[in-house]
Amino acid sequence: MGYTEEELKKELETKEYEYGFYTDIEADTFPVGLSEEIVIAISQRKKEPKWMTQWRLEAYKVWKEMEEPDWANVNYTKPDFQAISYYSAPKSKDKYNSLDEVDPELLDTFKRLGISIDEQKKLAGVAVDIVMDSVSVATTFKDTLAKKGIIFCSISEAIQEHPELVKKYLGTVVPQKDNYYAALNSAVFSDGSFCYIPKGVRCPMELSTYFRINQAGTGQFERTLVIADKESYVSYLEGCTAPSRDENQLHAAVVELIALDDAEIKYSTVQNWFPGDKDGKGGVFNFVTKRGICHDRSKISWTQVETGSAVTWKYPSCILKGDHSIGEFYSIAVTNNLQQADTGTKMIHLGKDTKSTIISKGISAGKSQNSYRGLVQINGRAENARNFSQCDSLLMGNACGAHTFPYIEAKNKTAKIEHEATTSKIGEDQIFYCNQRGIDTEKAIALIVNGFSKEVLNKLPMEFAVEAQKLLEISLEGSVG
Amino acid sequence: MQLEEKLMSSFVAFESEVDTLAPVHDVREKALKSFEKLGFPTKKNEEWKYTPLNTLLKEDFHIFSKHDNTIEFKEVKQYFIHDIDTFKIVFVDGVYNSFLSETTHEGADICLLSAALTQSKYKKVIADYFNQMAAENDAFTSLNTAFAKEGAYIYIPEKKILEKPIQIIHFSTGNDAALMLQPRNLIVVGKQAEVQIIERHQSLSSQKVFTNSVTEIYADQRAQVDYYKIQNDQEEASLIDNTYIRQEKESHAKVHTFSFGGKLTRNNLNFFHNDERIESTLKGITIIENKQLVDHHTLVHHASPNCESHQDYKGIYADTSTGVFNGKVIVEKEAQKTNAFQQNNNILIDDKATINSKPQLEIFADDVKCSHGCTIGQLDEDALFYLRTRGIPKKEAKALMTYAFANNVLESVQIPSVKSRINKIIATKLGVDLGFDV
Repeated sequence: MGYTEEELKKELETKEYEYGFYTDIEADTFPVGLSEEIVIAISQRKKEPKWMTQWRLEAYKVWKEMEEPDWANVNYTKPDFQAISYYSAPKSKDKYNSLDEVDPELLDTFKRLGISIDEQKKLAGVAVDIVMDSVSVATTFKDTLAKKGIIFCSISEAIQEHPELVKKYLGTVVPQKDNYYAALNSAVFSDGSFCYIPKGVRCPMELSTYFRINQAGTGQFERTLVIADKESYVSYLEGCTAPSRDENQLHAAVVELIALDDAEIKYSTVQNWFPGDKDGKGGVFNFVTKRGICHDRSKISWTQVETGSAVTWKYPSCILKGDHSIGEFYSIAVTNNLQQADTGTKMIHLGKDTKSTIISKGISAGKSQNSYRGLVQINGRAENARNFSQCDSLLMGNACGAHTFPYIEAKNKTAKIEHEATTSKIGEDQIFYCNQRGIDTEKAIALIVNGFSKEVLNKLPMEFAVEAQKLLEISLEGSVG
Repeated sequence: MQLEEKLMSSFVAFESEVDTLAPVHDVREKALKSFEKLGFPTKKNEEWKYTPLNTLLKEDFHIFSKHDNTIEFKEVKQYFIHDIDTFKIVFVDGVYNSFLSETTHEGADICLLSAALTQSKYKKVIADYFNQMAAENDAFTSLNTAFAKEGAYIYIPEKKILEKPIQIIHFSTGNDAALMLQPRNLIVVGKQAEVQIIERHQSLSSQKVFTNSVTEIYADQRAQVDYYKIQNDQEEASLIDNTYIRQEKESHAKVHTFSFGGKLTRNNLNFFHNDERIESTLKGITIIENKQLVDHHTLVHHASPNCESHQDYKGIYADTSTGVFNGKVIVEKEAQKTNAFQQNNNILIDDKATINSKPQLEIFADDVKCSHGCTIGQLDEDALFYLRTRGIPKKEAKALMTYAFANNVLESVQIPSVKSRINKIIATKLGVDLGFDV
């Protein structure tokens, strides 16, 4: 009854993407291509004020001048930005008051994804802002949050209703001209989430959004803005799945976090975009810019479980601007078949007594390439800065690769930095040890992989841990218990 | 860009003057073309991100020395390891100095590259090993190859265990206002042969010197190579050192780099494994101050199974000095059961000192043990306090702890006189009168 690594490998190769289905909803899609007119049209469609249209156009102008970066350790055919449709919204009514009004087919999609809105409402106490393609179609628990003064809505709604907040913070952490994809996102972002926690408020529930790419040939450009005012706390969850598609789909999101004095933001992601089939056909390009800024004594914590996408290019970062601020990064990146991931973090220490922790776990199987790329920068005035980094890689099979590119820059003598990286495989002796104690090989592998990623899984909020486990299963079924 | 043009234009004159074997001319011309294509690297080049070259390359260097330069042994005795018997290959301003040297052809060839490049009896060795390991896509290496003329040539035949170490010393007198030197060394160590080499670049004045050195080392089966680089040059001397080592089955190569001086020092140390059960050791101590910059770029390319590599670099940076460490370990698919370790520890003494460290792993094989560690920190205050309560003055206590920090690297030094020389330099560097010898 031996379950060998060989068998596991075979199973992994042939494992189909479970969530690859396509919802047939009539959608309102723009013609392909990108031009100033399209940018204006998106802005108009969303009934945005003039300053917003202007802001988008500025970004578009910058983007036109920029070149697509190619320094990352990934290989892919560059997307043709003129072959993408930049806006797509389900062609139903604009807003729903209750679930009954929602397209039953859409509801069915969520059920198959394992996200029952009813169930989540009752059991988990999670307010879900579901983004299906580009327009928010269901928002729950809004009332509860409203009582506390918390604003949790789509970014287009926020632009309409809270322009002062959006105007003040949008683009302050990730400016329009930050990088190629951030500029593209700034020009054409269709929707996303906006969250504001007022001073001294502890958000009573985990906020979560599920993103899905649905319409064929549409890239999704999410824009998320989370603002935690002084002394507040929020835990934000983000998870993604996407249906099977043969052409590569582009996902270029921007996430901005702002933690004002004494605030804390916990941002967790489970990313499971379609990784392409075992020949590397199809799959999502995930080029994401995520960054947070910490003011005095505040804390930002990124947790991510990356299992999907054909190409991932993602570096959630913290700018530790305020004194005594803390940045954390916990990541599991799993790559299989021909997936490529180049992910990591940047910790920029500017303030005094700032601390950062980086725990990164990479698991590569099949013919995939998994890279960690990180920067720890201690600036001249960052007295007593402290960093601890640990990057571990686990290789399964002989056709994959694991790479580490850490950049460590210290300009202050009081800095204390530790960086550690290891690469190993599941030891035969480890499996033998388990076998001896009556644990079969399959369970042993599960046990070891689980133990390997536990440090990070533990950081996920309870409600999300289950989901994370489920998504890990898709990538490494048979090896995770 | 002035220097680049100057180099390009003087190549023809240089070529017509040098009389070497025909194939070497082709190698040179090819290298010049490659240099022309590459040009000097800028900060945009990832490999040179932290090491700016513009001030260095702005200088109007003389490419050849115009003077007839002689020096007396007593002037330079201190730069030799003189308490033990050694072979010596000494160059003054790029020209071989027979008076200070001690070479041999008995049992092994310890002589000059210019001889090897011109005499037909070396034709085969030159064809087999000259410019075979050096990178083609590195501007400085190509430049050196184009102007390759003089340097050390060492050939240790099979089973020869060389009885005494070899010293290769390059002096620059400063008779020319600013001089560029391009020494080229070729070292071939035969099967089961053993050799110890000490290399030093030394400027004797405060004139500007820019050395672009390339060393190729070939270690055949079971050969043992023990190489020491002592870099303790004047403030105006800059060095770009490219070392390429190719190892055959069960050979063991060790390179220790001691960087204590110079304006800009860049060490490119590259190891290539050709067969199984090879061991490579790369160690270094860097102690610098003022505006100095030391950059260690190491590469260990594991291409065969069952090989090991150990890297251990310690850095201590004072004043506004800058340290760079970029350690690359590449493990190919075939290189199963590789053990690769890399360690880089740094201490920043002053606020304006900077360290940029990039320990890099690229792994394509699954059954390997690879790890790297990097730390940046300070001396332990408690330990310092402990030493002071025992009556050791602060300065000495700090020096002792710094020495202990770097000691790991010194432990593997095989030549006692080299070790005590390094100890002395460290003591001077730390400004204490302590003999660290035990």
